[in-house]
Amino acid sequence: MTRLNARIPEGPLAEKWTAYKSGSKLVNPNNKRKLDIIVIGTGLAGASAAASLGQLGYNVKVFCYQDTPRRAHSIAAQGGINAAKNYPNDGDSAYRLFYDTIKGGDYRAREANVYRLAQVSNQIIDLCVAQGVPFAREYSGLLTNRSFGGAQVSRTFYARGQTGQQLLLGAYSALSRQIAAGTVKLYNRRDVLDMVLVDGKARGIIARNLVTGEIERHAAHAVVLANGGYGNVFFLSTNAMGSNVTPAWSAFRKGAMFANPSFTQIHPTCIPVHGDAQSKLTLMSESLRNDGRIWVPAKMKDVEKLRNKEIKPSDIAEADRDYYLERRYPAFGNLVPRDVASRAAKERCDAGFGVGSTGVAVFLDFADAIKRKGHDAIDSLYGNLFQMYEQIVAESPYETPMMIYPAVHYTMGGLWVDYELMTTIPGLYAIGECNFSDHGANRLGASALMQGLADGYFVLPYTIGNYLANEIHTPRFDTASSEFNIAAQAVTDRLQQIKNSAGKESVDNFHRRLGKIMWEYCGMARNDAGLTEALYQITELRHEYYRGVKIPGRLDEYNPEVEKACRVADFIELGELMVRDAQQRRESCGGHFREEYQTSEGEALRNDDEFAFVGAWEYRGRDVAAELHREELQFNEIKLSQRSYK
Amino acid sequence: MNFTLKIWRQKNVTAKGEMVSYDVSGISPDSSFFEMLDTLNQKLITTDGDPVAFDHDCREGICGTCSLYINGRPHGPVKGVTTCQLHMRAFKDGDTIFIEPWRAKAFPIVRDLVVDRSALDKIIQAGGYVSVNTGGVPDANTIPVPKEKSDSAFDAATCIGCGACVAACSNAAAMLFIGAKVSHLALLPQGRVEAAKRVQNMVACMDELGFGNCSNTYACESDCPKGISVANIARMNREFLGAKLFSEKEKVIKESL
Ligand SMILES: Cc1cc2nc3c(=O)[nH]c(=O)nc-3n(C[C@H](O)[C@H](O)[C@H](O)COP(=O)(O)OP(=O)(O)OC[C@H]3O[C@@H](n4cnc5c(N)ncnc54)[C@H](O)[C@@H]3O)c2cc1C
Ligand code: SF4
Ligand code: FES
Repeated sequence: MTRLNARIPEGPLAEKWTAYKSGSKLVNPNNKRKLDIIVIGTGLAGASAAASLGQLGYNVKVFCYQDTPRRAHSIAAQGGINAAKNYPNDGDSAYRLFYDTIKGGDYRAREANVYRLAQVSNQIIDLCVAQGVPFAREYSGLLTNRSFGGAQVSRTFYARGQTGQQLLLGAYSALSRQIAAGTVKLYNRRDVLDMVLVDGKARGIIARNLVTGEIERHAAHAVVLANGGYGNVFFLSTNAMGSNVTPAWSAFRKGAMFANPSFTQIHPTCIPVHGDAQSKLTLMSESLRNDGRIWVPAKMKDVEKLRNKEIKPSDIAEADRDYYLERRYPAFGNLVPRDVASRAAKERCDAGFGVGSTGVAVFLDFADAIKRKGHDAIDSLYGNLFQMYEQIVAESPYETPMMIYPAVHYTMGGLWVDYELMTTIPGLYAIGECNFSDHGANRLGASALMQGLADGYFVLPYTIGNYLANEIHTPRFDTASSEFNIAAQAVTDRLQQIKNSAGKESVDNFHRRLGKIMWEYCGMARNDAGLTEALYQITELRHEYYRGVKIPGRLDEYNPEVEKACRVADFIELGELMVRDAQQRRESCGGHFREEYQTSEGEALRNDDEFAFVGAWEYRGRDVAAELHREELQFNEIKLSQRSYK
Repeated sequence: MNFTLKIWRQKNVTAKGEMVSYDVSGISPDSSFFEMLDTLNQKLITTDGDPVAFDHDCREGICGTCSLYINGRPHGPVKGVTTCQLHMRAFKDGDTIFIEPWRAKAFPIVRDLVVDRSALDKIIQAGGYVSVNTGGVPDANTIPVPKEKSDSAFDAATCIGCGACVAACSNAAAMLFIGAKVSHLALLPQGRVEAAKRVQNMVACMDELGFGNCSNTYACESDCPKGISVANIARMNREFLGAKLFSEKEKVIKESL
């Protein structure tokens, strides 16, 4: 039996959101003041939501683990943000953005949510410009666009290679304004470790003050999770070191369903791994594929000569290069979606044509573009990315092609939410990357920033009112109640359990081991036998963790090892669920590639008859397998077809 | 590569701190500075030692979390990069490296190399924004912004809020940080409307928080990882003077009414 009801409004697709807004309940300003909302996260989703809710008059408490909200991981986003403005007059529209996003997600996202996303996209750009976000402009003084993968129109707004930074600083400034106005209170350097439910509704959280180690209780009428993605389950990823799943995972343990956990995005253009001490991977924005051409040598003898440093990449004649994306996908060329580009790179490297000292890299070459557009033009488009690359690799992309390889980047899966962005726990919302909603099995470039801000600025402030309108008579909660006592005690016990382990191995070491298992068996290509093996290894790792981890120092002090220990404990449990999800989905779609299910040309082979559903998992206990629920996806507007970028 | 590290250790804000010496070996020149410190910490953890606390997050030079004072310079010896973008190839094998936290009255030490920079948030809260609400704004292309202005605003807006400028300054002033924000918004028509009030509020807040005064030595500019120019401080000073004149005139007019 399934308990999932997405509560999609009736009516034609294009009118659902307007109809919803007209029909939803409102809370009057006097009552808003009496209602408390907790927002966990200050990335694009959390900061925009907290600022907007504060502005509406609610009492907001916002949490982040960093020292300031401005450092949330959204700050690192590089390439851009999509919107259906159609400023270039190249045929864009809300419908086309919606269509591209559904298709890009390989038909595993919900039509109604994605359509709404496309509809509000334009408002985001308007608001950001009003906040002072310095998007790139033409000499006319008007805004300019660039192209991103998976689209044939130019709809991506950008601020050099630092779009996320500029958007987040915009949201942070709006948030700061509300903090100054007293509508939002900031709790920085807090690690949110658990959710508190009262009578089945989300009513608060338990957090650890990272400076003092104190366990704190916070109550509210509703709780909003905006804690970002969980790519760090792979240890190496492009996420920030502190990115984690813990708040979302604690919600899962309390009954919120977790959807499509195995849908992970492996980004094609990242700086390859340099060695064993590697702590994270650095993305080179997808925007580079506008001008960079991806290739490997076509002849094995050139591969060998390159590796022995007998020749330079530029010594290889044009005819002896394999521009494999242009060869395989002439229509989209270097701008195929990420999953396709990543698998194609893996395919070439597996076949032995990889470059670099490890043979696990391909070239991204700007020589043609520099010739065509000139050094300065390329510099103004990608200057900071080139500099970043040179810093890390000590080679200049102006002189020699970049070397890149796919890396874990984004997680499409996350907490299951309905049309209102509410999880299966009443009063608990999930927005931004931590929900599963809009990207199906593969996210298109420049659409995460759009989604985070859409959720926070323009969707949640409406939908949460519909819930809170029924809560105006609910008095503020006492954090000394038995529900809070039990939750706080459970967190304390768990910390103590980890701390008491008499082991010798560091948290990082366990994390690395988990990452290796995930990358090998649940990464770019998956198969049944490998997933079974992974399940076994992760279960072993979990048991070993509680016996074998070593936490130095004390719990009641600033102690980064304690912080990491909780996160890794949750990542291990999440890893297990990801593997189960990958195993149950006996089809290939988007970033989920099951080797058993591919076309004769090596493309992903979907099975719409059996798998056109969202797989939402329900927690059943740490030692019991989670239970799968299905939300069948209805496609009324779009006809399902095999994605083709040829 | 092998290094001797002299690291500032301090349990908490009230405890006394000291420099402690550590040896690390077998470090790849391609390792980042933090990967080198990770190696040290892993060794300390498995040998019952006390790992060194330091702030870091994105490890790619954009979040502004990292904050090490290395061999007497904020973010270390390489110009134009953050600590996390520093690689060990910038040092010589066998070097002794001194690592300390940011030192400024407005940035109390949390532990070891971690400091509290919430003062910078407070300055932004004092006025580092355009007072627009979500909703009810004009179409993004309604107001054209000359590209040069927009580009200069962008240059100022790339400040990552790391606080290196404060750490570099002998007076622990936050002028470059504020100058960057004031300039970013004052250069854009959207931010122009409130420019006078903004600069006054931000400067007043800075004075309250215990930051020092600017004595034009430009150490901030030379140690800023994002190349924020001191021209922004000059612009802020102009804005400030203009705003002061304006508000005095306003006062006179009000009083005469
Ligand atoms: C390198 C990189 C480049 C990217 N480039 C683009 C791009 O060009 N275009 C695009 O559309 N998308 C891009 N993305 C994806 C996009 O940046 C993210 O999906 C998006 O920013 C996520 O925003 P968010 O608000 O959901 O979460 P985040 O920005 O990750 O914020 C999470 C927040 O939750 C808080 N938090 C987390 N855990 C806890 C806890 N336990 N306790 C308390 N608080 C907690 C954090 O402090 C933080 O404030 C990129 C991603 C990466 C990694
Ligand atoms: S001005 Fe430079 S040094 Fe100062 S906070 Fe900004 S980026 Fe850091
Ligand atoms: S860790 Fe983010 S800038 Fe250094």
